[in-house]
Amino acid sequence: MTSLPASTPFLSPRARPARVRLRAAVEWIIESILFLLTVLSVATTVAIFLILVRETWGFFTMRGADGQVLVPIADFLGDSIWSPLLSNPPRFGVASLVSGTLLVTAIAAAFALPLGLLTAVYLSEYAPQRVRSVLKSLLEILAGIPTVVYGFFALTFITPNLLQPLSSSFGTHSAMSAGIAVGIMILPIVSSLAEDALRAVPQSLRDGSLALGSTKAETILRVVIPAALSGIVASFLLAITRAIGETMIVALAAGGGVAQLTANPAAQVQTMTAYMVQVFLGDAPAGGVEYQSSYAVAFTLFAFTFVMTWIGALILRRYREVYE
Amino acid sequence: MRRFSAWYGGHQVLQSIDLDIPEHQVCAFIGPSGCGKSTLLRWVNRMNDSIAGARAEGSLALHGSDLLGRGVDVVALRRRVGMVFQKPNPFPKSIKDNVAFGARLHYRLTRADLDELVEKALRAAALWDEVKDRLGSPALGLSGGQQQRLCIARALAVDPEVLLMDEPCSALDPRSTASIEALIRQLRSNYTIVIVTHNMQQASRVSDTTAFFFEGKLIENGTTDLLFTSPTQKQTEDYVSGRFG
Repeated sequence: MTSLPASTPFLSPRARPARVRLRAAVEWIIESILFLLTVLSVATTVAIFLILVRETWGFFTMRGADGQVLVPIADFLGDSIWSPLLSNPPRFGVASLVSGTLLVTAIAAAFALPLGLLTAVYLSEYAPQRVRSVLKSLLEILAGIPTVVYGFFALTFITPNLLQPLSSSFGTHSAMSAGIAVGIMILPIVSSLAEDALRAVPQSLRDGSLALGSTKAETILRVVIPAALSGIVASFLLAITRAIGETMIVALAAGGGVAQLTANPAAQVQTMTAYMVQVFLGDAPAGGVEYQSSYAVAFTLFAFTFVMTWIGALILRRYREVYE
Repeated sequence: MRRFSAWYGGHQVLQSIDLDIPEHQVCAFIGPSGCGKSTLLRWVNRMNDSIAGARAEGSLALHGSDLLGRGVDVVALRRRVGMVFQKPNPFPKSIKDNVAFGARLHYRLTRADLDELVEKALRAAALWDEVKDRLGSPALGLSGGQQQRLCIARALAVDPEVLLMDEPCSALDPRSTASIEALIRQLRSNYTIVIVTHNMQQASRVSDTTAFFFEGKLIENGTTDLLFTSPTQKQTEDYVSGRFG
């Protein structure tokens, strides 16, 4: 312990050295608590993943009364029919669920990505300060609406008022209706993150482009958007990942529990997430092969979102710091 | 320019400036920070248009044609009046795409013409020999001095009459500064150059005429030799001799 020189002119002669050892101990305790909390959250994620792997393994090794494997991986990946509850014997071709998920996601992306980017360009480059702050907070409110409301909206508004007047081929449930609702849900993610990326482009680049005689639109198209591309792509990927994992909207609006391998937007589809909801809501007895299949579906879903996240991280790293 | 005044919001930055800038010479604007010299420069190519609250009165003309009116085609003006900024601001594109950027906006060019133009502009900016083997590599991989010369090449590639330079060397080391200054002296024969600088040695090295600004007023304007050796105003003398007052 060092003691302060007695001659410090600001210090009263009664001052005594602080308890250095106590302060060091408090430092250590704080650091340890923070470390433990971090480990806890990482460990939770790892545990979920391990359970997923174990249960998926369990599903593929379940044997029937005759000792045969009930659902070989080849059937899971190769069969085109998913009908675990209604047909006998049950069929587990995950492609139908994957196609349902991809169809809804594609519709949502086709709707939300261009619209979100244009919104971001307007907010970042054209909107006056006051308009921007009002619109941004409105968009953030949109992001806070529970997804069950979007599903309800799809069933009671999008389908009867937008789709059915357009074509009689739309029933109560359709991939299109759910896709549009999911698109509305992910729109704020795209516009908000893409706007951040656009606004992070230094003003000096805009000035440089304008000083060369380009118009505002040319500057945005040729300089600002290319410079912000990594952030824009990251916002797209995050939005798509959210769309893939979206559950409530598709469970309500996409289909009534019928999975089919189709690309028809007017058709009923079942997504991976919607199937899991169906199983855990009690349509399948716990421990049975149908119940267990949801783990394999969850694992497939996890693989999809993991790959998307991974691609996003790669793109971010590849293009980061292209400008100062 | 005649009786030119400018404001940012309610704050008057420039007061009734009368100044002629001679063609094909280098004119330096000097003066302490906040004296309005950069503002004046940015009015010449209307870069202040994008700043909310910026306005100007009086007249500002290039070869007799007014630059301030509402009807002025700002895009065409900026093709005639190029600008180089304080910090090098190359686009995050390749070296070639940086130089070709303005030309691609204004002209329809064949690939061969474009290559020729890029080479000419880079040669004019004394950068060609250093980058000719890597025109496709990113401009941000260049050094600061090279980046600034690239920005000059980029401005030259649209064939301007006037080149505005806003403290072009303030972010550069002495060696890069020397190369930019040599370049400015070369470019004088073909372009009218206006340079804002805080560095009085630089002003005396590169410019033919010098205008001294103080608190929004033009205090003195004349040939660089005379202004530095025998200024007529007390304030000018104090400033150029380093006794700022």
